[in-house]
Amino acid sequence: MKDRIPRQKMPELTPAERKNNFNEIPLGYSKETAMLEASRCIQCKKPACVGGCPVNVDIPGFIKEITDGNFSGAFAVLKKTNTLPAVCGRVCPQESQCEAQCILGKKFEPVAIGKLERFVADYEREVENAAAREADGKKDKKVAIIGAGPAGLTAAGDLAQRGYAVTIFEALHSPGGVLVYGIPQFRLPKEIVHYEIEALKKRGVELVLNRVVGMSQTVDDLLDRDYHAVFVGTGAGLPLFLNIAGENLKGVYSANEYLTRANLMKAYKFPEYDTPIIRGKNIAVFGGGNVAMDAARVANRLGAENVYLVYRRSRDEMPARLEEIHHADEEGINFQLLTNPVRFLGDESGNLKGVECLRMELGEPDESGRRRPVTVKGSEFIIDIDVAIIAIGNAPNPIIQKSTVGLDTTKWGTIVADNTTMKTSKKGVFAGGDIVSGAATVIEAMGAGRKAAAAIDEFCTTGAW
Amino acid sequence: MHTIHSNDLVQPTLGRMVVDAPYVAEYRKAGQFIILRIDEFGERIPLTIADADKDKGTITLYYQIVGVTTRKMSLLKKGDHLQDIAGPLGHPTDVKRYGTVACIGGGIGIAPLYPISRAMKEAGNRVVNILGARSKDLLILEDELRAIGDETIVCTDDGSYGKKDFVTGALRDLMAKEKVDIVVAIGPVPMMKAVSDMTREPAIRTFVSLNSIMVDGTGMCGGCRVTVGGGTKFTCVDGPEFNGHEVDFGELVSRLGTYRGEERVSDEKHKHACRIGLDRN
Repeated sequence: MKDRIPRQKMPELTPAERKNNFNEIPLGYSKETAMLEASRCIQCKKPACVGGCPVNVDIPGFIKEITDGNFSGAFAVLKKTNTLPAVCGRVCPQESQCEAQCILGKKFEPVAIGKLERFVADYEREVENAAAREADGKKDKKVAIIGAGPAGLTAAGDLAQRGYAVTIFEALHSPGGVLVYGIPQFRLPKEIVHYEIEALKKRGVELVLNRVVGMSQTVDDLLDRDYHAVFVGTGAGLPLFLNIAGENLKGVYSANEYLTRANLMKAYKFPEYDTPIIRGKNIAVFGGGNVAMDAARVANRLGAENVYLVYRRSRDEMPARLEEIHHADEEGINFQLLTNPVRFLGDESGNLKGVECLRMELGEPDESGRRRPVTVKGSEFIIDIDVAIIAIGNAPNPIIQKSTVGLDTTKWGTIVADNTTMKTSKKGVFAGGDIVSGAATVIEAMGAGRKAAAAIDEFCTTGAW
Repeated sequence: MHTIHSNDLVQPTLGRMVVDAPYVAEYRKAGQFIILRIDEFGERIPLTIADADKDKGTITLYYQIVGVTTRKMSLLKKGDHLQDIAGPLGHPTDVKRYGTVACIGGGIGIAPLYPISRAMKEAGNRVVNILGARSKDLLILEDELRAIGDETIVCTDDGSYGKKDFVTGALRDLMAKEKVDIVVAIGPVPMMKAVSDMTREPAIRTFVSLNSIMVDGTGMCGGCRVTVGGGTKFTCVDGPEFNGHEVDFGELVSRLGTYRGEERVSDEKHKHACRIGLDRN
């Protein structure tokens, strides 16, 4: 009986082994383990898991190929719908998407879909190193993609596959968006992102780095030039702050800045790399999402003695993936739950030295359905810290919205786009990912990029808007 | 990769580099900046664009040797390359016809002042340049600015050239003599603060260009935040120019010192490496 086989664990570095390095933590399945885990899949006639995936990966299809030992075949199935399987296998919240729907999960544990996806992608990269796929024909139209993050890369991959000449404009010096500046090496090795980008380049996608569209050339300029359509995937990259006293003291970082310094600029290798980062002894991270976990765990690896994770609700309400919370816990992050910062305290030189917090308790549910945290009167206390990292979310980057005539936005600053075609209010302009949805997951952004690519293809073919 | 056309020390600690960046050269406007990265190991540092040649596709950058990146920059030769140049970034200066514009530059701040002064002149203003330096041999772009300005006043701290005065003294004299409609002040933070304090009372609109610590330059990291008018602004996307009467200069100075300790570590390492390099030459 398949249900007698337990869900196969992926070997991991122990907390002691990973404390002082940025090496990836889960070590990957062996061929044998992958085939054993794949054999747990009962190949449902109507697979619910596929519906749980934002890009509708043919999950039973690729798992069947693994069971048969045909890993290249499995990769081919994956690549039909997923541009970045090595990435998704690592950072997707499978427990709330595909695996949440797995029928085995009702009685036993769900099939480890994410781990299998990662295995296939890694096998292909490390063993097969497959050549780029041929495009399905050639189109004589050009498409501009703004932003080389998950949404933009997916749209670019799909459009290149359909035969379009694609140019990606990226503001930073390295493509990948949040995959390279935000997610740390120990959760997503950068080599994987680079490999995927090299694959896009082999398929003829042109990358223009260090180019901030909207600061000089605008979306209209691109449309006037020779691009038939433009996809905006500029993400949610405007950090939110707590708006409390002392927030501009030295030592207070946004998670974006902290992670960009550490990940993209490799400040963890300072002074071999030139970009500095404050290596605090006592660090507090504010927030409860994946970004907060990432920041806390980076701080830990940079040698902090105490890393506090300050979150105003309880552990049950934390938006981070269970695996990330678990890993953070294992690594000794000090969770200060039901705790809210009130003000930062500094010394006479403007250096951060502490944060005053209040304890909270959960009251009635608010509009989000989560129980609202309420202040416990008189519960003020101070945590001594020399670095604070604010990880309470991001607003959409406003550069494109401000510089593009006729592009409708919401009151939150996101771009208004049709949910199925990702068409905006401006002819020829499509948008997707965090810039439309607000901060969300990598795979959701990829789903939007995929939908946009299909609609861009139709628009370029028919001209109909 | 961006080929370097020339790179000279115009003073012991001040370099002038002309480098290929055709896109920036074509689109830049006065007041904008770029972010560069020297090589794979380099930081991303912002520098204002002092000049550009559209036909040649080059831009001119002035840099003060203060840390590891600028030290490395100073060692590059004609034909070497910079890894990345992103830009133009930031809002251009609000150039229009104001009447009389006092363009005040201190030290290396004279470099970013130069295109603004020129743009202000082209917009039909009477331009009075006030240039300050510690001493004669630390003064840059004097001839260029004299060619633009209706009047150009040079002050040195030690009196080795021009007036022995600070730029604020020259501004006070100018304000006593004629109506100044707007002031643009770029230079060390204490200078910008002193100028802003002086123009607050007569309510003369005063732009200052802030040089805060920055990483991405697109609003993403929030590292360049400054308090302006009681609220937090990002220098990269809300600036780099702000109303000098509203800027919290004290906070800016403090934040600029964030990495002083790390800079020392890095500098020591690279000074050592530089010496090895020099021995070989």
